[in-house]
Amino acid sequence: MPEALKDTVKELPGETPAAPPADGRVGKPRSLWSDAWHDLRRNPLFVVSAVLILFLLTMAAFPQLFTSADPRYADLANHYLQKPNWGHLFAPDWFGYDIQGRSIYTRVVYGARASILVAVVVTGLVTILGTAVGMLAGYFGGWVDTILSRITDIFFAVPFILGAMVVLTSFTERSIWVVILSLAFLGWTQIARVARGSVLTIKQADYVMAAKALGASTSRILLRHIMPNAIAPVIVVATIALGGYISAEATLSFLGIGLAEPAVSWGVDISSGQEQLRNAEFVLIVPSVMVSITVLAFIMLGDAVRNALDPKLR
Amino acid sequence: MGRYVARRLLQMIPVFLGSTLLVFAMMYALPGDPVRALAGEQTVDPAQIAAMKKDLGLDLPLWHQYWNYLTGLFQGDFGTQIASGRPVADIISEAFPITVRLTLFAFAFTVLVGISIGVFAGLKADTLRDRALLVLTLLLISVPSFVLGFLGQYFFAFQLGWVDPNVSVEASWDELFLPAVVLGSLSLAYVARLTRTSVAENLRSDYMRTAVAKGLPRRRIIGVHLMRNSMIPVVTFLGTDLGALMGGAVVTEGIFNIKGVGYNIFDALRHREGATVVGIVTLIVVVYLVTSLLVDLLYAVLDPRIRYA
Amino acid sequence: MTIIDNTTADVPSGPLLEVRDLHVEFHTRDGVAKAVNGVNYSVSAGETLAVLGESGSGKSVTAQAVMGILDMPPGRIPRGEIFFRGQDMLKMSNEERRLIRGQKIAMIFQDALSSLNPVLSVGYQLGEMFRVHLGLSKKEAKARSIELMDRVRIPAARERVNDYPHQFSGGMRQRIMIAMALALEPDLIIADEPTTALDVTVQAQVMDLLAELQREYHMGLILITHDLGVVADVADKIAVMYAGRIVETAPVHELYKRPAHPYTRGLLDSIPRLDQKGQELYAIKGLPPNLTRIPAGCAFNPRCPAAQDICRTEIPALLSVTERDGTELPGRGSACHFWKETIHG
Repeated sequence: MPEALKDTVKELPGETPAAPPADGRVGKPRSLWSDAWHDLRRNPLFVVSAVLILFLLTMAAFPQLFTSADPRYADLANHYLQKPNWGHLFAPDWFGYDIQGRSIYTRVVYGARASILVAVVVTGLVTILGTAVGMLAGYFGGWVDTILSRITDIFFAVPFILGAMVVLTSFTERSIWVVILSLAFLGWTQIARVARGSVLTIKQADYVMAAKALGASTSRILLRHIMPNAIAPVIVVATIALGGYISAEATLSFLGIGLAEPAVSWGVDISSGQEQLRNAEFVLIVPSVMVSITVLAFIMLGDAVRNALDPKLR
Repeated sequence: MGRYVARRLLQMIPVFLGSTLLVFAMMYALPGDPVRALAGEQTVDPAQIAAMKKDLGLDLPLWHQYWNYLTGLFQGDFGTQIASGRPVADIISEAFPITVRLTLFAFAFTVLVGISIGVFAGLKADTLRDRALLVLTLLLISVPSFVLGFLGQYFFAFQLGWVDPNVSVEASWDELFLPAVVLGSLSLAYVARLTRTSVAENLRSDYMRTAVAKGLPRRRIIGVHLMRNSMIPVVTFLGTDLGALMGGAVVTEGIFNIKGVGYNIFDALRHREGATVVGIVTLIVVVYLVTSLLVDLLYAVLDPRIRYA
Repeated sequence: MTIIDNTTADVPSGPLLEVRDLHVEFHTRDGVAKAVNGVNYSVSAGETLAVLGESGSGKSVTAQAVMGILDMPPGRIPRGEIFFRGQDMLKMSNEERRLIRGQKIAMIFQDALSSLNPVLSVGYQLGEMFRVHLGLSKKEAKARSIELMDRVRIPAARERVNDYPHQFSGGMRQRIMIAMALALEPDLIIADEPTTALDVTVQAQVMDLLAELQREYHMGLILITHDLGVVADVADKIAVMYAGRIVETAPVHELYKRPAHPYTRGLLDSIPRLDQKGQELYAIKGLPPNLTRIPAGCAFNPRCPAAQDICRTEIPALLSVTERDGTELPGRGSACHFWKETIHG
């Protein structure tokens, strides 16, 4: 399922109901961020998701803190898929072993790095590329907009997971960077559309007109006046998309065209776990739960940030 | 309106050409060689292979191959599979109805359940029941569909034995129930959230207050005034979602072993059958382009404030 | 001297609507906002009561309570009675109240663009009144809608009946609101800032139309406004509200001549006048009170130029106002400890 694409398609129609903005409460850029921060700190949704994300990031950065075992170490004594020992918290046999006798717990801890790295880097690339394309299209309009918008449409029309499948099969060796670049290559359209839309609105604002009248250079107007104000919806969409990329990486690995062994990632484990579903469900369930929790954390964060940044909802 | 449709149709041409070229170029870049693969373990004369390639037009540069493909496409020729010799059009006409059936089933599920949940939550926004439903939709969004698929298989097929874990070749409606629920669940969550927001927002609007002040019965206030407005973003979303569901069906078909277009794409990718992959993706792109045009037109019908010129 | 409800004083036939000791509060995150704190007023058939006040004075909330369109929760009516033709509407069932809305009491809102349903034609929205309340067919309802649009002088009504609200000008939209309120010839119309959103020239036209129709149908009219200029020509009597209370009542012309409350005087002084050219315009200092923390004593005391110690401790009751020699001034009342000083200088 093209989760990341779903976000794309889904963000747009919901956020653009036909009603014109009824009130003038939109244009207070400085207090918007401090107001948002004030709101966020009080929002349990934000606090929970932020703590969760910090925890997951720590796991990705320093897996040694959580387990001393080696994720690739296969103990033949355990190869008969030993069942979980729920009492053995943080021990290698906490969630049992997979068919090769590798600790599921250890693999899940180490798998965080690949999954989160893919999602974070893809989101970063997609945000930079999408914002650039969207801002240029929205600000210059005319033929620049026509060309950039059509290119965006072209990439948008190809279903995300389907496109990623085609791109990824053209690589025989799928390192983590290949996966990252492939996802970014196909994923930037959503942010471009959002950025273009918000630039179109902001372009009309008085302070941009004033800056133009005062003879500010185009790059200065774009970077100093437009970007800081156009970035709020981009951040919201990017946060939610990040969860989508976690899911996309796992889906592609599940389909056998994402990361592959010997790489350690949740998707790789899910992929190998599906063959053992009847005998040892935990090989599949544990990494699946980790993926779900991570996606949930980012979506909750995005939701909380959106509510804080959207003055209409106050 | 007529001019708008004409303009949109014109805009669709470069998008159609661009996205098919995109996929075509990717297939062109694929490593491996379908002709050589045909020979299997046998050693064949390189000259023979070259001759065969020339026959199939595979020795031509990318743009020329693409041109040949396009001209064929406009004569209704989707190309031929190299290994089996079957026309790609045959494969598509066999697989597509199954995917369409799965997609429509999932779509119906999304519409019925998603809108009901959304209205139910939105009418009582910020209550316990609203929050509970929001958490439920968040969970549905967070769990990747292939995990949902496995959970469904695990419980309903292996544990309870209610359904067969794999769907037969006929792919009858009752067999497709579980796959459709899995495929539709993510959209369902989005539809529910969108409906909820829309209902809750419109509930606070001035014209709802007017409707109450007019002394209309509650049934009418909700059924006509609230729903007529709240459904506008939902309907437009559902339109674009149809294309997304079709893309998602590829994964669902993989889980349940359904012989639709998803299955055929996997197969074609494995055997480097470029024409099949491009043909199927092209079809999905066209479905997406047409539905999004229809949605935009529908939008203008639903909301008289929208004017296309 | 007794606590009085002056607004009923000169109507022998008994009022159409009578609000008694109405309290409305809202439960918000910042605490309980006391929007209405014991309001009394009444309107008779053919009479126009203007309710005057700044935003947040409780004038609209009172009207919404009368209409039965308050959002509850967060709104709550802890105390009070609202009699319509002698029956307390707050004791009625939801269905009984619904049948009064639109048929007996109708309301005109400030912003016609947002108050009309954007996706339904004006013909549909007008016709709905006839279809729902009178059970007319679609066709009959449409004919009546066209009649109604003619009645409020919308040009080319027959052609425009299927148009949508956004296709009309502001003034025309407000006429549609008026037509909708008039549809079933109600006994009472509540107009909440009906002309605030309009251009000045259009304001007068709409106001004249409303006044004309009111006379013709002999309806009661409650006109809610913050604009003293609007009320002068059409109202019979005025109630000035501040922080959820009525602070002064008077027949319309008396109020302009001799205000008996410092707040009213401030409002009058802040109207620009031609004969004051060149002078600085007066403004009441300070801001309206936060309704979750209304000042003790007279709510106006922090802004009042004449405030004394007693104003900070005791809430002044609405008392009848008399001449220097003690003759009653009919229909007049003031909730100021120092009304005598205010009115007699």
